[in-house]
Amino acid sequence: MAKEKEKTVLITKDGTRHDGRKKEDIREIKFEVGVLDRADGSCLINWGRNKILAAVYGPRELHPKHMQMPDKALIRCEYRMATFSVPERKRPAPNRREREISKILGEALKPAVFDYLYPRSVIDVFIEVIQADGGSRCAAVCAASLAIADAGVPMKDLVAGCAAGILDGQVVLDLDDVEDKEGDGDLPFAYLPHTEEVVLLQSDGIFSQKEYKEALDMLIPASKKIYQMQRDALTNRYSRITEKVIETLDKEKTPAKSKEKKTEPAKKDSKKKADDKKDKEPAAEKAEKKKSGKRILGKKKTSPKEKAEKK
Amino acid sequence: MADTNLISLVEKQHIVSLLDHGKRTDGRAFDEFRKISIIPGYVAKAEGSAIVKIGRTKVIAGVKAQLGTPFPDTPDSGVVTTTVELVPIASPIFESGPPRAKAIELARVADRAIRESKCVNKESLVLISGKKVWILFIDIYVLDHDGNLFDACELAAISAIMNARIPETKIVTDEEGNEDVELLETTTPLKLDYTPISCTFGKIGKHIIVDPVLKEEGIEDARITFAFRDDDKICATQKGENGTFTVDELKKCIDIASERTKEIRSQLDKITDAKAYPWSEET
Repeated sequence: MAKEKEKTVLITKDGTRHDGRKKEDIREIKFEVGVLDRADGSCLINWGRNKILAAVYGPRELHPKHMQMPDKALIRCEYRMATFSVPERKRPAPNRREREISKILGEALKPAVFDYLYPRSVIDVFIEVIQADGGSRCAAVCAASLAIADAGVPMKDLVAGCAAGILDGQVVLDLDDVEDKEGDGDLPFAYLPHTEEVVLLQSDGIFSQKEYKEALDMLIPASKKIYQMQRDALTNRYSRITEKVIETLDKEKTPAKSKEKKTEPAKKDSKKKADDKKDKEPAAEKAEKKKSGKRILGKKKTSPKEKAEKK
Repeated sequence: MADTNLISLVEKQHIVSLLDHGKRTDGRAFDEFRKISIIPGYVAKAEGSAIVKIGRTKVIAGVKAQLGTPFPDTPDSGVVTTTVELVPIASPIFESGPPRAKAIELARVADRAIRESKCVNKESLVLISGKKVWILFIDIYVLDHDGNLFDACELAAISAIMNARIPETKIVTDEEGNEDVELLETTTPLKLDYTPISCTFGKIGKHIIVDPVLKEEGIEDARITFAFRDDDKICATQKGENGTFTVDELKKCIDIASERTKEIRSQLDKITDAKAYPWSEET
């Protein structure tokens, strides 16, 4: 039965794929930063039909202690798939595939993080694939890097990634599940767009050298595009906070003068400060794209206050 | 801590300064493999086996063939699985117990090169469609760890497959029309379509070297493995460790890997010697 399905046209001669995309089209991607309350940083990614949650805890004390490193933090990544994320129920225990992906995702995230700032500690990155539809490891690494940024960990860059593959002899980007299973090759890739360094590269299936190099050349602009979406998602998250804070402050100010007694002045002051800070940040963000580390560090300070604000 | 390969600072500086002068600790060129030798058929009880030595790294691979049922979604295909064990005899940094991430990665990359290259003709392993197929287990044990286990394991796997002979079979039908498989005394080699060979690079600072030894691995920032088929097509890639590569570096690595794997493949006959002594100290 599977063999008959295989005959469905994956890509037509004019380069249209089974879901209507062109060769170099990636599926629709939506990032949502800061979706989990308890985590220090979190991100939900909707990439086509992939739904993946990444949560970051830390930097925090590392146990067991013998794993602590005197000069840097450990980046510990765990990639897991929910039992219901795939057509046939996955056994809940982590399988070998998940453990391999956990390892390479950790290795892909590490170059992006200033790990020497947190000696003897750990930055735990937990990735849960809620629904899988091809290319989940690239989606996971994108989401994880946003979650780390959301946790306020200084980073030198975000990690943006995408997969390429071969369909009927043509190099295409971002295979979905159908294409991944029926296609001839899969090449997951992740990249630090600012420093132009490749942090994740795997391949299976058959590529000629020419196809392989072509795929690499196609992946770079795609990754940059995803990078922009990641930046927008981060900016969006923090401009949203700024707006909310301003709103709340405005509300408090007006009744405070007319009806209410004095709110504690100290608290108000701190809020004002926070307000000032936040006002500056979005502008700074746009101007200083490169110093994402510092920028994000700044945000960390604002986010807990924002949470307090909500309550 | 036990699974880390620690290199002293002095040694690290020594290796790096040599690299800066275009040299390596063992005198090889940056794009040169260590001496490779293959001893096929070391284990008579296995359907196929091989010891592969790359310098002082030694691994042994054995092929066992079992009759089994195919996966329901691929009734007309045999099954080939590859595993790697990092046994504690190979290195003070290996411990007994369930495989760690490193062993799993190694096994999965070796498996990927064998599986994705389609080197074993899986249709030829089918005896009764949907019911009886050969299941090939290619199990690799690392015996002596002096770096570059990825290439050693991959080469051991393919060498063992090339060495393997499986029993010939006869289909017998009983009175009720049920088909069954009868094993014959005679054996036949496996039907091979390709010989995948891999080439691994280590990156230390700005330098990229082929076939890193243990010490070089201990200080490498990043690692990348490419596996090539006979038709010069790439059938597996794995980037590892915490460092990064630029795209230009990767393209260069692909070119070098293509040449090196071709060389190894063309020399397979020369470096394969069933009578060689596997445990010598030669490097």
